[in-house]
Amino acid sequence: MIRTPLRPLARILDARRKGENPDAIERENIRLRHEEMRDRARRRAEGRLLVLAGLFLAGFTVIGGQMAVLAQSDPSEPRAGAGATRILAQRADIVDRRGRVLATNFDTHSLYAQPQQMIDPEGAAAKLAEIFPDLDAARLARDFTGKRKFMWIRRTLSPEQKQAVHDIGEPGLLFGPREMRLYPNGRLAAHVLGGAGFGDEGVSAAEVIGVAGIEKALDARLRDPARAHAPLVLSLDLSVQAAMEKVLAGGMSIMNAKGAAGILMDAHSGEVVAISSLPDFDPNNRPAPPAEGAPDDSPLFNRAVQGVYELGSTAKTFTIAQALERGQVAPDTVINTESPMKWGRFTIRDFRDYGRELSVIKVLVKSSNVGTARIAVETGAERQQAFLKELGLLDPVPLEITEAGGSQPLLPPKWSELSTMTISYGHGLAISPLHLAAAYATVVGGGRRVTPTLLHDADRAPGPRVISEDTSATMRDLLRRVVTEGTASLAEVPGYAVAGKTGTADKPKSQGGGYHDDRVIATFAGMFPAHDPRYVIVVTLDEPVETSGSEPRRTAGWTAVPVAAEIIRRTAPLLGLRPEIEQAGAAAIRRTSN
Amino acid sequence: MRSLVHVLTALAVIGLAFWAYRENYRTQEALARADTLQSDIATARQRLRMLNAEWAYLNRPDRLMTLVEMNYDKLGLMPLQPHQFGRIDQVAYPPRDTGLTITNPVDVMNDGERP
Repeated sequence: MIRTPLRPLARILDARRKGENPDAIERENIRLRHEEMRDRARRRAEGRLLVLAGLFLAGFTVIGGQMAVLAQSDPSEPRAGAGATRILAQRADIVDRRGRVLATNFDTHSLYAQPQQMIDPEGAAAKLAEIFPDLDAARLARDFTGKRKFMWIRRTLSPEQKQAVHDIGEPGLLFGPREMRLYPNGRLAAHVLGGAGFGDEGVSAAEVIGVAGIEKALDARLRDPARAHAPLVLSLDLSVQAAMEKVLAGGMSIMNAKGAAGILMDAHSGEVVAISSLPDFDPNNRPAPPAEGAPDDSPLFNRAVQGVYELGSTAKTFTIAQALERGQVAPDTVINTESPMKWGRFTIRDFRDYGRELSVIKVLVKSSNVGTARIAVETGAERQQAFLKELGLLDPVPLEITEAGGSQPLLPPKWSELSTMTISYGHGLAISPLHLAAAYATVVGGGRRVTPTLLHDADRAPGPRVISEDTSATMRDLLRRVVTEGTASLAEVPGYAVAGKTGTADKPKSQGGGYHDDRVIATFAGMFPAHDPRYVIVVTLDEPVETSGSEPRRTAGWTAVPVAAEIIRRTAPLLGLRPEIEQAGAAAIRRTSN
Repeated sequence: MRSLVHVLTALAVIGLAFWAYRENYRTQEALARADTLQSDIATARQRLRMLNAEWAYLNRPDRLMTLVEMNYDKLGLMPLQPHQFGRIDQVAYPPRDTGLTITNPVDVMNDGERP
């Protein structure tokens, strides 16, 4: 590049001759040179900006174009990839702990009509009414000949029905593919599974959604496409569940009860092995919720979870466990049990008079209300409340079914000293049988909090400690003695060392105003084997009457206990428990070795 | 020399074109086969699901109980009872000399193990 000299000699001389300042020429030249430099820099910067803008434009065009292509293109499966497996089912199966199917999907068809394509609407309506007796031919004919362009006729069809409709040969009757939920075991575990129905419906597909039970509570997990191929494994055992339901149904009819609930739960992990509530229903054909009457008259009502009742003397276990844990009493401490016991204007009575005083062991074995109330008064209302809360008896049970939300215990509005006394023997606090099972598992299973669950999971973290190992062992001994020498003597099953406590509570009148004289809730809460509990069992009968004797008997010892014993006799072998010949003092030896 | 290079280049182009053409058709064929296999797998899975559902339905405890009761004369099946548990030492050893001689030897095929 040719540079213009800053002081060109010719012009300097010329200026000097004219008497001008030659520096002005230099400054002028410097200015021109700077202007030129500035222009060049600007041009370069503009060029760079242009290139950059071009790049951005190209980038946005590529992204936008790709988006447009993606939006316009039809979805297609990757064809070449080896791992391109299709989505198998839109809803995961549910299986029991050994992998036996509890709920699965089934391909079927729905039936719909497009009346404007019909050739013989009246004939089609008549033939349809022949195939489906619940359809009304006149109404169908009216719909087919009217202005409607589309109507659903059936949600699901059996293959035979489909063939029959096909044989009508009417072009206006069309089938759409449907995936429906099938519960192959019928009524088994109906309250756990709940049921499923159709959500959004289209001609070519319909959404299957859970409407109750675990199907609704874990709906998101079951519909998650990423996990649809992996079945949901429940802690239930199909054969144990079947045996329990059969025995419970038999017991319910022998004891003339109007309802029954049974729970069999692992005493350490809280996994529910069998849970049933009678009467039950078929989840394949879930009945409509009752429009009137008491909710617990409906088969949909889950007594084991939603049935919040005062469960009577079974609660004495907790009062005594707390007193033992605090060191307030020892098993042989003598308690004043003079009946009736007066407290203000209130009287507490025992079922029969047990004399002036009894040891703590006898208070539990004979089930003395007065003795338990005296222990509870000494413990105090606040401590009792705190202990029951730790056991989980004051909150709804966190079981994985939607109905568990309905298990909110009924507490006294004000936890007075009198409430403390009545709650100590199970009146004034209404809880569900599942609450009771979880609390018993906590008390006898080593003292760590047990939370009931329906999901099978091998490693579950143990809960926080509620009572000590020693207290837990003492409670096992005491509860064993309730069976060997107390109110639950019919619970003895040779070889399985059953331990437990009975409870008989009068039912409150539904309109309020006191309790029924002749309607009770009979409960047995127990565990087996007593020295090392593996399973906790709770059996509740609603309004049982045992009429084999000269006068009707309603106490749990005569009603719930024999049913529970039969359940243990039937299910323990299925659970793989070998009967053991109990040795005297075996429990004591085990305890000191710990 | 120069013309030889031209001829070789032209031949190479023709060869490559032929190769690409063939590969293209082979790929199409493989994709079509993959499609068929995928749909076969899907059909098989659907059938498997149906069979599993049917198996579960036929094995439901209700039905098995009914069948057991219907066939009680032949099978004599009862619910599992606690006393049916035994210990291994309750099982007697078979007597040493039973006089049993094997009269019907079984030919074992081991075709599958041959290399």
